[in-house]
Amino acid sequence: MTQDFPLYDEVVTGFEELADKVSANETSDLRRIRKDAFENFRQSGFPTIRNEDWKYTNLTRFLKDEYALTIPTISAPTKLIDTARIAGFDCYTIVLVNGVWNRTLGSALPQAIELLPMAEAKQDPALAAWFSQEDNHRFFTALNTALFADGLFIRVKAGALPDKPLHIIHAYTSGTNLLVQPRHIWLVNERAECNIVESIVAGDGQSHIWANSHTEIVVHRDAKLDHAVIQNTPAGTRLVNHTTVRQKKQSLYNNYTFTLPGADLVRNDLQARLEEDHTETHLYGLYLAAGQQLVDNHTLVDHQKPNCFSNELYKGVLLEQSTGVFNGKVYVHQDAQKTNAFQQNNNLVIGKKATIDSKPELEIYADDVKCSHGSTVGQFSEEALFYLRARGIGEAAARALLINAFAFDVTEKIKHAAVETHINALISQHIPVTK
Amino acid sequence: MLIIKNLHAEVEEKQILKGINLQVNKGEVHAIMGPNGSGKSSLASVLAGRETFHVTQGEVKFHDKDLLDMSPEDRAREGLFLAFQYPIEIPGVSNVNFLKTALAEIRGYRGLPPLDAKEFLRLSREKQKLVEFDAQLVNRSLNEGFSGGEKKRNEIFQLAMLEPSLSILDETDSGLDIDALRIVSQGVNKLRSKDNAFIIITHYQRLLEYIVPDFVHVLYNGRIVRSGTKELALELEEKGYDWLKEEAREKAETI
Repeated sequence: MTQDFPLYDEVVTGFEELADKVSANETSDLRRIRKDAFENFRQSGFPTIRNEDWKYTNLTRFLKDEYALTIPTISAPTKLIDTARIAGFDCYTIVLVNGVWNRTLGSALPQAIELLPMAEAKQDPALAAWFSQEDNHRFFTALNTALFADGLFIRVKAGALPDKPLHIIHAYTSGTNLLVQPRHIWLVNERAECNIVESIVAGDGQSHIWANSHTEIVVHRDAKLDHAVIQNTPAGTRLVNHTTVRQKKQSLYNNYTFTLPGADLVRNDLQARLEEDHTETHLYGLYLAAGQQLVDNHTLVDHQKPNCFSNELYKGVLLEQSTGVFNGKVYVHQDAQKTNAFQQNNNLVIGKKATIDSKPELEIYADDVKCSHGSTVGQFSEEALFYLRARGIGEAAARALLINAFAFDVTEKIKHAAVETHINALISQHIPVTK
Repeated sequence: MLIIKNLHAEVEEKQILKGINLQVNKGEVHAIMGPNGSGKSSLASVLAGRETFHVTQGEVKFHDKDLLDMSPEDRAREGLFLAFQYPIEIPGVSNVNFLKTALAEIRGYRGLPPLDAKEFLRLSREKQKLVEFDAQLVNRSLNEGFSGGEKKRNEIFQLAMLEPSLSILDETDSGLDIDALRIVSQGVNKLRSKDNAFIIITHYQRLLEYIVPDFVHVLYNGRIVRSGTKELALELEEKGYDWLKEEAREKAETI
């Protein structure tokens, strides 16, 4: 197939040359994987609304722009990095600029965690398997595999309990249009516990930056990972974010994804693959969309083995003319008896021209399971608004209070008070809003 | 303080207030009584600015300003307070945060800076004590999981915090047991002063044993059909509302 997008042309015609640049010193395995991935991308192209997983998310308007494929800079203005910092949050800080770790911008590093730039880590033949997983077969994941340059490799040593959380700041900045493709692999080894907070920020929005990010996470036996993501980028950014989490026996994984107004496009694919029994998974999401934004959260909880527990709560606030998409798939394999899987998606549609497509998808092949799902779409309670106004609280402030209250179920789940305060402040910054 | 002249209002095109006249001066407590559906709560809603009510005729002056022209928040900032018949539960908004915001907005409107954390805490403690409001409840989400009595007491606590010049208590006594009724009434009595005024809307005379009104008005079918002193409330308690309904009907027929 061929696609009539400048970016598609650029990738297809420029692959050999680009691949030479990013794959110097790579194992032959990885080179082969890249080549296969490229071939897959060449055939699939970018997804269109004819593809079931993209039917509410039309990318055409973003694919009309041209993007450069090589990273122009790995330095970023201090001011930009500061917007991502969290006041009062005692943590180790790592800063990636355009997907490349910039050591001069971060803090001292923890002992219990092994950290490497992906450009180095990828040379380890033992990691080759991570680049050819089944999710990499087409579209953005194939494109990432074909041409990723760098990213962050994390290995939390077995039994390690790092003393402080890790704050990873992803800053995207460029004077010209750019496609950035970071690739991350994070391994939390047996019995280890780790807290990671990611903040995504971007430059002034003068140029268009497309970040096609891909993260592979493994939470090993008896290990715990607490993982928060704060997406707070301005107009002009397009974020496509693919995360696959593989959970081993008795592991725990918590994800909190916060999307704030700004980016033109946010597409999050979060997949929890419960590969062994007795795992626990919590997925919390809060998306606030404004302007012409399109925010799409696709999640998959893949119950492969018995006795696993998963719980998912995503809440959305759609302002102005924004569009939201929530697609929550829960797949319970025949082997996954005694599964407990819960899912809830609640939306507050405030903008008169805002829309939400909410789609729970349950596929259950085991017969001894407890599964539930629910989806709601509502508006402000006029009664609540009047109550607040009758106490002297202006309409805009009352709306802000109610939005914060709606988001509270999700924000209160965050374990670090400083991060919760930070997110509440970010929410307030984006409100008051016009109807 | 408050002058209501020939007030007509409708909700969903149904006429519910049909010419109310009422004057409330500072230092006074007015009770408004009447059978169900007579328009008592509607009057409270119209005064507080609930948007589902449309004023079709008449005027309301509050501190010499046109009340009907103001947004609900400006009415509150001008010193009007409605204690809700059914206070709303708002999970996720803490009582404290809500009151801080409200107080800051009201003070800001009057050109005053917000209270600092210490001053706010002192005021809050003082008022909690005054109206016997449980400190535990202050830190919870607004009315969430409160019992009916706790919700009503929270209304009185808010009233104490915001210090309005005119308070309208909309059936605050409904659903209260005798202890809660006593606590709520004592709170109101402590807050009464020569500078503020209260309008107490109630179906029963019971509340008026605790909060003694200066004037009693009977609302029926969208009009005040009779006004008097506290003895009128006793008479109503004894005879019920039927004789008034009868009287009003006869009056309507002769017109």
